[in-house]
Amino acid sequence: MSEQFRTCPDTGLKFHKPAENLMKANAVAAVVFLLVGGIYGLLVGLTRWPAVHLLPADAFYLTLTAHGINVLIFWMIFFEIAVLYFASSVLLGCRLAVPKVAWAGFALMLIGALMNNYIVATGTSSVMMTSYAPMEAHPLFYLSLILFAVGALLGCMVFFATLVVAKQEKTYEGSVSLVTFGAITAAIIAVFTIVSGAIILVPTLLWSLGFIAEIDALAYRLIWWAFGHSSQQINVAAHISIWYAIAAICFGAKPMSEKVSRMAFLMYILFLQLASAHHLLVDPGVSSEFKMFNTSYAMYLAVMASMVHGLTVPGSIESAQRAKGFNSGLFEWLRRAPWGNPTFSGMFISLIGFGFLGGISGVVMGAEQINILMHNTVYVPGHFHATVVIGSTLAFMALTYWLVPILFRRELVFKKVAAWQPYIFGLGMSGVALFLMGAGTLGVPRRHWDITFSLTGGVVHEFPAAANTMLALNGLSVILAVLGGALFCVIIVLSILFGRKLGDEKQEPALIATPPDDAAYEGIGRGSISVPGTFVMAMVFFVAFALYYFINWKYLAETWGIS
Amino acid sequence: MSTLSPPKSRIWWKEPIERSELIWISLVFVWGLFMAFMMPYWHVTGDQNLSNETYKTTPERFLEKTQAMVDEYTVRNEGPRNFPVVKPPPGGDVYMVSRLWEFWPIIELEEGQSYRFHLTSMDWQHGWSLQPANINIQVVPKYEHVFTLTPNSAGEYSVICNEYCGVGHHLMIGKIHVVESGK
Ligand code: HEM
Ligand SMILES: [Cu+2]
Ligand SMILES: [Cu+2]
Repeated sequence: MSEQFRTCPDTGLKFHKPAENLMKANAVAAVVFLLVGGIYGLLVGLTRWPAVHLLPADAFYLTLTAHGINVLIFWMIFFEIAVLYFASSVLLGCRLAVPKVAWAGFALMLIGALMNNYIVATGTSSVMMTSYAPMEAHPLFYLSLILFAVGALLGCMVFFATLVVAKQEKTYEGSVSLVTFGAITAAIIAVFTIVSGAIILVPTLLWSLGFIAEIDALAYRLIWWAFGHSSQQINVAAHISIWYAIAAICFGAKPMSEKVSRMAFLMYILFLQLASAHHLLVDPGVSSEFKMFNTSYAMYLAVMASMVHGLTVPGSIESAQRAKGFNSGLFEWLRRAPWGNPTFSGMFISLIGFGFLGGISGVVMGAEQINILMHNTVYVPGHFHATVVIGSTLAFMALTYWLVPILFRRELVFKKVAAWQPYIFGLGMSGVALFLMGAGTLGVPRRHWDITFSLTGGVVHEFPAAANTMLALNGLSVILAVLGGALFCVIIVLSILFGRKLGDEKQEPALIATPPDDAAYEGIGRGSISVPGTFVMAMVFFVAFALYYFINWKYLAETWGIS
Repeated sequence: MSTLSPPKSRIWWKEPIERSELIWISLVFVWGLFMAFMMPYWHVTGDQNLSNETYKTTPERFLEKTQAMVDEYTVRNEGPRNFPVVKPPPGGDVYMVSRLWEFWPIIELEEGQSYRFHLTSMDWQHGWSLQPANINIQVVPKYEHVFTLTPNSAGEYSVICNEYCGVGHHLMIGKIHVVESGK
């Protein structure tokens, strides 16, 4: 049995061979689909730049469908499966349960992803990832997503089974680590997500085959978003777990307090996934009471959880840094952080972008009445490129830089370029997020090929000139973001294929930080506040949030009366 | 000990909370309560609250009602498509058909007056995006959504589809004129 394990000379982590191979396969598949989806994204962005307007209409809608699905579903979920195996088998030092099932899951996911790319490329299924009934795609479109989801479900099951094995074989002491705990919440939400997905996609498949006469459009939206929304919570739970992991990797940080961080994760399970009404805020037939209750009860408690992580992640870094002696002033701890290490810089940009751009815009847009101003404008993709791209994707990239030497035992190639990559990608994506939000505020519709209305025979609408400027700036940001994304994919693929083999030698500088002694944490910070720098940042965030929130109520008050 | 290793004590839920965490949690919790309060508060005091009055309908029935309105209140025909311009009386019902790929007919309203709008789709889902007022409402087939709109300034407005509805999505545009009261 023991030759099945290898102990990493750098981290002391125990890798189970089958788990290792599965993580490699899932991570590589993830990066490949990111590359494919990113190229589609470039074409979409350039088409939406009015002066460039690259693709013809049908190709644009096809491309946008392929972009959304490849990046949001395939890249994210392949990567998350790798993270689940890491958080169970590796962090608990335990064998992976039933690797065969895990491989079957991987195969199903791969078949589903390839089938989906094929059927979308044929042009028969340009229905966007939401595939709102009664618009119809080719049956293989639904089937491919179902196959992918079943594969992902198998991956979650292997994860849970591995937790059981670890417990039975007593491979760890006490409770699981915070990072594993976060991964557990992600996996629980994933099961809920996949079940909702099945409830909506299976009847839709049957309908597209003619076995069911009709799909109610409103019911479709309701259930689709139970699935679509909770799938985003998998991403959030996963990338926050990764933030915590990177805090330990780069700083040896421990949670400020276990209780708070874990309760915040639990709140995701309890509340976040149910908060899907914020996608239906301007739908007919959904009562205001339900909309308000669902967004405020379920979302604000979940938002609260994210804001708590937003404090405790940098807080845990700050206290570890202070414990190491970077204890003077408000921000010495941050200045002395390893900004040239893409694992850290990627994580930190992810944290800031997710909070300031994605978080604030999401909550504001989620207020029942304010949503009237943004629903289905490009504000929406602006918002979620901040959450799922700057937030999740960049966090996943940051972790990948660390995984290459640990998991693949290869040295990163082009380390200098890698050090710049998170900044290029983060800056480009911040541009995409901000300029799309700006254009959305001016009313520009999402998923739209031609806001000049050149083919409507003279019925036109003229958007404010600023809208064109925003879309042009978005186009420039798209180029920067795609450059950053491509650099990542190329560096990772080349490192895995050609990076210097590390074998059993221990790396300098160390690939994982040594946690400071508990005693070193005594008396850090100022007075009774151990993390004054983080606290100041949190206050800045809060003020920005509140200001933006009220500005939007003011905008709303200026439009037509609606009742 | 770190975030990657088991907590120091197995009973982690009994560990103390950091002071800064406590302050932050309290602040965020109060803020959440406040934001939850804002929505019902706006229902009481604000002028922008989308009604949820909704009826099941069919394309035929809705088209019939729209046609009746067009027959009764058309004031002229207009534009490249020679669409009827319909001017219903203030306080009256306005039917607007959303279908692949047009909004029909053209509507003329008076500033400061209220109208009961009826929206549904004849086919797929559409988005009813009134610009530049920036009012965005989902249009769902078989559901007739009824709400009241009160234009607050005269001018020419466009209705743009902002829910993807197939390869002609970008062709889908309609018009609403708002004229000064009494004109
Ligand atoms: C690599 C650079 C990327 C660029 C340049 C890019 C750009 C864009 C643009 C311009 C849109 C179209 C907005 C519209 O017309 O409605 C879009 C849509 C979208 N993007 Fe990206 N994006 C990128 C990466 C990503 C990533 C990594 C994700 C997810 C993890 C993502 C998820 C989405 C989704 C879900 C949509 C919406 C598709 C739909 O409306 O159905 N994007 N993206
Ligand atoms: Cu439409
Ligand atoms: Cu449309």
